Amino acid sequence: MSRKRISFRTELPLLVWLVVVWGALWRDFSPGNLVFGALIAVVVARVFYLPPVELSGRFNVLRAIPFAVVFLGKVVAASFQVMYLAVFRGPSVTNAVVAVPLRSHSDLMVTATGHVISLIPGSLVVEVDRSTSTLYIHGLNVRNDVDTAKLRKEVQDTEASLIRIMGTRTELDALQAEGWPATRGAGS
Amino acid sequence: MTPNATGADAVIDAVTAVLLIVGALMSLGAAIGLLRFPDLMSRMHAATKPQVLGLFLVLAAMGLQMREWWVWPVLAVAWIFQLLTVPVSAHMVGRAGYRTKHLHPELLSTDELEAVVLRAAGQRAAEKAQEAGSAMPHAGNARNGGSEDPNGVNGGPSA
Amino acid sequence: MKDIVLIVTAVILSLAAAGAIYRIAVGPSLLDRVLASDVLLAILGAALAIDMAVNRHLNNLVLLVALTLIGFIGSVTVARFVADRRGQVNDS
Repeated sequence: MSRKRISFRTELPLLVWLVVVWGALWRDFSPGNLVFGALIAVVVARVFYLPPVELSGRFNVLRAIPFAVVFLGKVVAASFQVMYLAVFRGPSVTNAVVAVPLRSHSDLMVTATGHVISLIPGSLVVEVDRSTSTLYIHGLNVRNDVDTAKLRKEVQDTEASLIRIMGTRTELDALQAEGWPATRGAGS
Repeated sequence: MTPNATGADAVIDAVTAVLLIVGALMSLGAAIGLLRFPDLMSRMHAATKPQVLGLFLVLAAMGLQMREWWVWPVLAVAWIFQLLTVPVSAHMVGRAGYRTKHLHPELLSTDELEAVVLRAAGQRAAEKAQEAGSAMPHAGNARNGGSEDPNGVNGGPSA
Repeated sequence: MKDIVLIVTAVILSLAAAGAIYRIAVGPSLLDRVLASDVLLAILGAALAIDMAVNRHLNNLVLLVALTLIGFIGSVTVARFVADRRGQVNDS
């Protein structure tokens, strides 16, 4: 079995997450417990080998925080929208399946976009085509072409902001070439 | 909750009460959606989205009531687990639903996946006719080569 | 205050659970039932969390996380099973 050696830097986010989970499960964030948790995390990550998630190596905190706030707002909006539709529209709701081509071809970016899209109003990922990185999205309450265009724009905007948070340099340049104002912040 | 609370306690208790009731209403919203929507896909919207917000509100209420800092990371972990799992399971159910034709085409205004599926099916049929019984057919790349999860939870074509 | 909150949320959650159980009973397909049982699980989780918030303890927090994971694994497994039988059974 040939194993690609994983650098400590690539593994760091996973280890930090494992330590946080460890502390949360013990409900004890004292330094001693966390150090022991870190030890176990390292052992677990070494013994139970998984292919590393290919992170781009940059993470723009300045853009991540507003994104998180907007995301929370959208989750709230999504729930109330679904509730409104359920109560007042009910059986007569019209949907659509829309193909949205993404810019990025990295698995991480497609996954992240899919996750975010599934949680914001009126959209759900039905099928993913990895070879062309196209998402097929089921939209709730999509009645005509205007709504379809709006849904598609929403998905691509989400991807753009995700790229600006943690995309690779090439993806960022592609975004800039498209005319997006991609200022480079602290994390780049 | 504090009995006969005054001052800050009363405010926190009031906020908690609102959060808890709205959180419970989210569950009710999900149930109403399950009952009233006409097809599986729209029911999926109802099942996934209010759940996430409902749990968030209830966890926030717990955090307010416990008044100890170490509770917040614990609650955050619980919520993040849900954030990570809900879209994946919704996607899996939706994918299976689409493939088993659980969709009411008359309720869709557009369906851009259908054309792709038909083309892939045609391709596959042609390939099968060409080389019956030979090596593994490599069709289906355009159709189900994708998996949302790079860790392979739902990877691989399921032809 | 405490009693009012408990009663109101209990009524709301019972109604929600009744709706989910009705959908489990009626179907019409296996996937609908999976979805509805997922919602029922979420309602149970909400009930656990409300109890914890009102009575100020954290005893069931791990149970809450476990419920989320069980719902996830359950629906993914069933969805996978249904997708694999595509073509043989159309209305399960």
